[in-house]
Amino acid sequence: MIQKQDVLKIARLARIELGEKEVEKFQKDLSSILDYFELLKEVNTDKIAPTFHPSQSHFKENVMRKDEARPDNIADELIKQAPDKKERYIKVKSIFK
Amino acid sequence: MKELTINKIHKGLLSKKFSAVELAKEYLKRIKKQDKKISSFVTITEDLALKQAKQADKLISGKKELSVLTGVPIAVKDNILIKGEKCTCSSKILQNYKAPYSATVIEKLKGTVILGKTNLDEFAMGGSTENSGFFTTKNPHDLDRVPGGSSGGSAAAVAADLAPVALGSDTGGSIRQPASFCGVVGLKPTYGAVSRYGLIAFASSLDQIGPITKNVEDAQILFNAIAGKDEKDSTSIDFKIQNLKSQIQNLRIGVPKEYFIEGIDKDVKKVVEGAIKKIEKLGAKIEQISLAHTKYAIPTYYLIATSEASANLARFDGIKYGLSKAENRLIDVYLKTKSQGFGKEVKRRIMLGTYALSAGYYDAFYLKAQKVRTLIKQDFDKAFSKVDFIFTPTAPTPAFKIGEKINDPLAMYLSDIFTVSANLVGLPAVSVPVGFSGGLPIGLQIFGKPFQENKTLELCKSF
Repeated sequence: MIQKQDVLKIARLARIELGEKEVEKFQKDLSSILDYFELLKEVNTDKIAPTFHPSQSHFKENVMRKDEARPDNIADELIKQAPDKKERYIKVKSIFK
Repeated sequence: MKELTINKIHKGLLSKKFSAVELAKEYLKRIKKQDKKISSFVTITEDLALKQAKQADKLISGKKELSVLTGVPIAVKDNILIKGEKCTCSSKILQNYKAPYSATVIEKLKGTVILGKTNLDEFAMGGSTENSGFFTTKNPHDLDRVPGGSSGGSAAAVAADLAPVALGSDTGGSIRQPASFCGVVGLKPTYGAVSRYGLIAFASSLDQIGPITKNVEDAQILFNAIAGKDEKDSTSIDFKIQNLKSQIQNLRIGVPKEYFIEGIDKDVKKVVEGAIKKIEKLGAKIEQISLAHTKYAIPTYYLIATSEASANLARFDGIKYGLSKAENRLIDVYLKTKSQGFGKEVKRRIMLGTYALSAGYYDAFYLKAQKVRTLIKQDFDKAFSKVDFIFTPTAPTPAFKIGEKINDPLAMYLSDIFTVSANLVGLPAVSVPVGFSGGLPIGLQIFGKPFQENKTLELCKSF
């Protein structure tokens, strides 16, 4: 069973605010799901490499395009979506005192 | 409308039996009337549909730049971007978000007529559409039951003839399971076969876009239209579309014993075994195989999917787009926006993924799962060295009742047991309807070898 403080710690890391009832519910839900995930412990993976990606064998190295500027006219469209902006800048809260 | 397939629509348009505008209006009328009880659409894109239909009619009368898809109406899952239209992911956090560009699949389907955006479990997380932030879609075969999910809106719309074809996305079965529940055809392509550009990410190493259709031929046409390498998705792969027809007599079909276990519905077992008998009668050789790590697929999948999701969904922070809660401190903007914008299941998965990736648990959970994924892949590699296709049920049960599993997340996760492996290893898989249980459709799942979507779909025509 994971502890209440664990739930609060994960929620903080995930930047999600939880109400009192949600904390209790998550403590119960996450515990039963994580207990079930423990099933993997019985698998011997000592000499097994991880598969992070299903087509790992297709890509021997990272795929990158040339670092060159391309005209794209959606910048204004993207800025328009921001809830708080000034001219062509997205505004964020100050993080320094 | 029931009989309308892509080819029939194409012939009808060319012979002037009906125009694209007339056809679009007919479907829009049907949606407005019938979707009150099914609730498959989040947004009806009427203006766009009529504009596209007019353009299609122009092309048809000028006989220029025509494809078989010109003027064909289509429904699109609401996690795929269409420029200028809302794209909500069935989430309150994106309720008013308008797409600034179109997904590559939408660009590739130029000429089609988009009727609307279909409902899903919020951010494609779920198997019933009950996790939609807006409403639950009903199964057209029984309105008290779920249509499956997460592409439940697309599957229900096609099953109820509210659209001739649709697009869905599949991260752990989200195309195939609703196709099975609604009695339609659903294809999850090979990972990398279809560009993911413009698909709102859930779990990037598992997500694929694919067709949901009434018949196999339409799925082929749609798949061939959207497939291919795209420079905007670096994980897409260049491959040749092959239209291979194989002699059924030469085929070896693998049936994994781990997929016919206790807990599987009796009728599902009977119907799927009947389908296997049928293909055997047609001359295929049936071989019992083993996919030994099947019982580890669910924890492996849910650890990987939630880990990737927790990283992908961090972007919904109330700063750049979507819901934003105005607070004095930056941290409070994040906390309030996410807690009010995300629904229960999305929060649960972000929490699980954050836990699995956090210091002290990374090796025991996340890395362990990626290693077991290798073992699951080896099972399939070994099986496919002996057989051409693998047959299994798509889901352990037919469509379940609305509300039946919603309060038991683990039970809900366990019902994905037969579909998640195709995503973990990247293989193509189709669900094709092969029978009924008390009026509810049952799907057969066929796994093919990488990039053999067409060959797999050809085989589906036997049913």
